[in-house]
Amino acid sequence: MATRDPGGLATGPGSPGSPGSSGPAGGATQVAARTRGLTRSFGEHVVLDHLDLEIRRGEFVAMIGRSGTGKSTLLRALAGLDRDVSGELTVNAPTAVVFQEPRLLPWKKVWNNVALGLRAADPRTIARTALDEVGLAARADAWPLTLSGGEAQRAALARALVRDPGLLLLDEPFSALDALTRISMHGLVLSLWERHEPAVLLVTHDVDEALALADRVLVLSDGKIDHSASITLDRPRDRDHPDLVALRIRLLTELGVATQDVS
Amino acid sequence: MGSAAPNLHGRGAHVSVSSRTSTTRRDSLAEPASGAGSLPIASVTAASRPGRNWGRHGWLRLISPIVVLALWQILSSTGVISQQKLPSLTTLWSTAVNLITTNSPTYGTLQHAMLISLERVAFGFVIGGGLAVILATVAGLSRFGENAIDPIMQALRTLPLFGLIPVFIVWFGIGESPKITLVALAAAVPLYLNTFAGIRGVDSKFAELGQVLGLKRHEMIRNIILPGALPTILIGLRQSLGTAWLALVVAEQINANAGLGYIINQGEQFLQQNVIFVALIVYLILGLLTDYLVRLIERRALSWRRGILEA
Repeated sequence: MATRDPGGLATGPGSPGSPGSSGPAGGATQVAARTRGLTRSFGEHVVLDHLDLEIRRGEFVAMIGRSGTGKSTLLRALAGLDRDVSGELTVNAPTAVVFQEPRLLPWKKVWNNVALGLRAADPRTIARTALDEVGLAARADAWPLTLSGGEAQRAALARALVRDPGLLLLDEPFSALDALTRISMHGLVLSLWERHEPAVLLVTHDVDEALALADRVLVLSDGKIDHSASITLDRPRDRDHPDLVALRIRLLTELGVATQDVS
Repeated sequence: MGSAAPNLHGRGAHVSVSSRTSTTRRDSLAEPASGAGSLPIASVTAASRPGRNWGRHGWLRLISPIVVLALWQILSSTGVISQQKLPSLTTLWSTAVNLITTNSPTYGTLQHAMLISLERVAFGFVIGGGLAVILATVAGLSRFGENAIDPIMQALRTLPLFGLIPVFIVWFGIGESPKITLVALAAAVPLYLNTFAGIRGVDSKFAELGQVLGLKRHEMIRNIILPGALPTILIGLRQSLGTAWLALVVAEQINANAGLGYIINQGEQFLQQNVIFVALIVYLILGLLTDYLVRLIERRALSWRRGILEA
């Protein structure tokens, strides 16, 4: 039985996987989302296997794992897109999702995409402010099909942002972008996160991306959290920092990648 | 962003590594501002291009019809083809002028016939097309609706429409209703099929997005499903206008006492090939006009699409 309780209060012990650095909201009782024994199977195939996860308010969590390990399944469950999960699932905050593809409706102007479903007095102004924040103000009246990949994903970020999410779910949002765009998007996501302080769950298969952004990196394997590492370094981080180099090797080993090729 | 990458490849090799990397990094971080400045220009030219293309090359489409008309005129006025079989264009023109200016007891006036025919198509199309869109929306949006409606519509599709004419005469008599019903049915089938397919063809990822954004059902239909289905619906609209005119021609030749079909019937009775041709040409012009109308709607409603030719 899965429950989603946006208004409820979450109490309980902190995550067993080490509470990491200073999340904007601190305390271990401040939980944005929690799963207990979350299980999802497709026929015989168990994708999520009694998974326990806790994301504190304002915490930036990255989840890595080989493909098919259930990363996206977990994210969809947290987003409320999968009702066929069993176990305990609590989400205590308004949620927004950024998908791998921008998913902008091509028949709506960019600002209209951002404002879609917004219940506010002046959605247009709110949308424009958010577009300004992601550096896309000048494209507010453009058709989505005229945007570049990076611009479209910025618009998708703005669309998530205007909902003032307490939990921001990012499903490999940068994996389709070129390397340079990805770097500037990392900077953008960090600045948005610092300003709006949502809890973030970033699903990625890019270890470096996880190391650059997250407070806590989780490795998902066979439907369980196999490994968890906290990173307390200040951002922006130097990817050659010895701690990160060591952690990278450890994570790659966890993922089953031969590390002698890397270092 | 695309402009930063060539820089790296093109010049990076010859410049000192440190300065080059720092420039590139600055470029990539400055991307939102510079992208915002330069891209609208690109999109403006892209948007204005289809219009210019039409202006510049549209007349090319007129060449082949003009050649055909010229051949027609030459062949029939020189007597290679007898005027009885194919009246010359000049003959048809004077016939048309005659039909418009004189209210003959045999034919009435051409414009009156045209109005009657237009009225029948308009009524039939609005009734049939309206019903089709409603039924297709209901069938497209729910399994129950599909099970209830789709089998009947699929059966109607395979029914030879004009075989229904004698049945309709028994049911509705010989007034306006059998004609309008036939037109309505003819218009309904292609519009139903395309609307249904269009709704079912909307990317499920967009439906998922609507769910994540917390859209209510009616918001989902208005913002996602109907606009997503619109390109296919408009294809159906064009097809259904075509079949509506076709059905009208057939319906009007049976038991009509006014309209373009009636004129054709009379022309047949009095062996006046030129009258038949004039009526056919009016059908053709009306058909082209309604098609053009739909294309105008299409261009306005689908302006968000980047056509293959313009990309």
